[in-house]
Amino acid sequence: MSSTHIMSAFDDELKYLTRRVSEMGGIAEQMVADSVRALVTSDLALAQKVISDDVILDDAERQIGDKAIVTIAKRQPMASDLREIMGSIRIAADLERVGDLGKNTAKRVIAVAGSGIPRKLARGLEHLAELALVQLKEVLDVYASRSPEKANSIRERDEEIDAIYTSLFRELLTYMMEDPRNITPCTHLLFCAKNIERIGDHATNIAETIYYMATGAQPQGERPKDDTTSTLGSVTD
Amino acid sequence: MLDDAKVFWRTLLPRLKAERWVLGLSVLIAVLATLAGIHILAVLPFWIVLAAALLNRSVPSEQPPPVSVVAAEKGGDPLIPALNALDMPVLVVAADETVLFQNIAAEKAFGTIPPNSDLSARVRSPGILDMVRETIATGKINQIEHTERLPSDAVYVVRVAPAEIGTDGSSRRIFLLTYRDISQARRIDRMRSDFVANASHELRTPLASLRGFIETLQGPARNDPKAQERFFGIMHEQVTRMSRLVDDLLSLSRLELKSHLAPEDMVDLAPLLGHVRDSLLPLATELDVTISLDVPDAPVFVRGDRDELIEVFENLIENACKYGQEGKRVEVRLAGGEGEQAEVRVEDHGPGIPAEHVPRITERFYRVNVEASRSKKGTGLGLAIVKHILTRHRARLLVHSEVGKGTIFTVRF
Repeated sequence: MSSTHIMSAFDDELKYLTRRVSEMGGIAEQMVADSVRALVTSDLALAQKVISDDVILDDAERQIGDKAIVTIAKRQPMASDLREIMGSIRIAADLERVGDLGKNTAKRVIAVAGSGIPRKLARGLEHLAELALVQLKEVLDVYASRSPEKANSIRERDEEIDAIYTSLFRELLTYMMEDPRNITPCTHLLFCAKNIERIGDHATNIAETIYYMATGAQPQGERPKDDTTSTLGSVTD
Repeated sequence: MLDDAKVFWRTLLPRLKAERWVLGLSVLIAVLATLAGIHILAVLPFWIVLAAALLNRSVPSEQPPPVSVVAAEKGGDPLIPALNALDMPVLVVAADETVLFQNIAAEKAFGTIPPNSDLSARVRSPGILDMVRETIATGKINQIEHTERLPSDAVYVVRVAPAEIGTDGSSRRIFLLTYRDISQARRIDRMRSDFVANASHELRTPLASLRGFIETLQGPARNDPKAQERFFGIMHEQVTRMSRLVDDLLSLSRLELKSHLAPEDMVDLAPLLGHVRDSLLPLATELDVTISLDVPDAPVFVRGDRDELIEVFENLIENACKYGQEGKRVEVRLAGGEGEQAEVRVEDHGPGIPAEHVPRITERFYRVNVEASRSKKGTGLGLAIVKHILTRHRARLLVHSEVGKGTIFTVRF
């Protein structure tokens, strides 16, 4: 928003949207980080907090949507202003989903807490979460600076997350085959890993939206993919 | 009311100046209209209304412009260099939550933002935002502890305090958001516990085997010089492994202590790589591996710590020699410089790393093959150290491996 409008109220409305989206981003980041920490340390109180935080994100998304619709109706925006508003709606929706994924991970903490997580698996999950969080953080930083080049480079990071997710998937399968009693906790962990991996995808979505907001064009080229778990049968060593 | 009148008179002159063209034009038209025969009493009221409207239209901003703008215009508000000289990140926030100024330390720690953007664009942490809002509402000083998890755990005490600036007539309230870094203290605590956990786990194995051998030497093998010889050899190996492990753990802990501080020196990578290659030549000859080095003619400067970068490339090239021994050659290529991203590729032609292990090899004590690693004198910490150093340098390690063909480690600055 480099230009200003004759109606300064319009600027205020656009600013409001940007501010709320950034705030949502902050809450979503915190929820994801907290949920993974709760999972690794079996911290039920922290998990409970994440679950209750989700309401804030849901409300924020609704408010952003309402404000965006009112702004469109009142100001009849064009070009970059319209993209700005549509982008806010889309990013808010993505962030709300990120919050849901964090909440779902937090819910599983309670189920997994009893059995404890092997050290190596916990480290793998932390590593995965770290990558997803880096991506989320960078994409939100780019949202503040609106740089299309950076938005495009973030898309490429998703590959790494997919690769480590595939690796964790294999490892969890091995644990389950070793001992059927592991199946319950490992299935939960599998879902947690999937949740975290999805967060990376949402971050990529946001990066694409930012690129669109800044340039009006969709980013070129295929999204990099390295998630092969959908074709993975059994573990062969 | 009286104040309003004062303000009106004081700003009259700049306003007259600002509107001089339009006012001049309106005077001209009024004169022309009078000359054309329209009665002066008909023209004058219109002209007066117009002039009054013009002068009222744009009240030149009474509000002082943002601090950073002041600095730029006046060529130096004494506050700006003072804040820039501070080593702690400081943000100056207005009562409407826009960031008026951030000092150099803040830019270094959190990156640049467009001036006058909203605070939430800069600081997304809900805890800090709530605290700032509370202070803006109540005027009370607040502080909380905040962990910036990425790119490396940094713990700050974030404090917000109101301040009045300007002289009595036009004073206004701004808010100073300061970050005090306490990561060092936190890390020392954690380092101790991590070290104990890691050390006890990884050192127990060699210690247990040492004890076994000692017991055997004291008991059944007491009079068997041949067995004694062999056992002493194994014991020596175990002890060296342990001391290597302790060295690596210590250097990892040291790195963690400062991992949140980005290095400041500039280093030329070409001579550095040459130095590393030379120091690894004896090992390479022993393993019958040739190291080829390909560097551009122009120097390639990156921001970094020389000793740490040497450690990174020593680790990578040593690994390539050890684990890619059967490939017989290791290729090191430096690219970039002159505005392009610097990139170092270390390529071996060994057996490669199976895909499922690739994303995880930088985790501590993660080994693709425990036996192979032990036999090659690996501690399981080499790549973890590399990863740590590169995180501190804000560089990335990319691993590309194909089973049967070899592995390429790329360091991208």
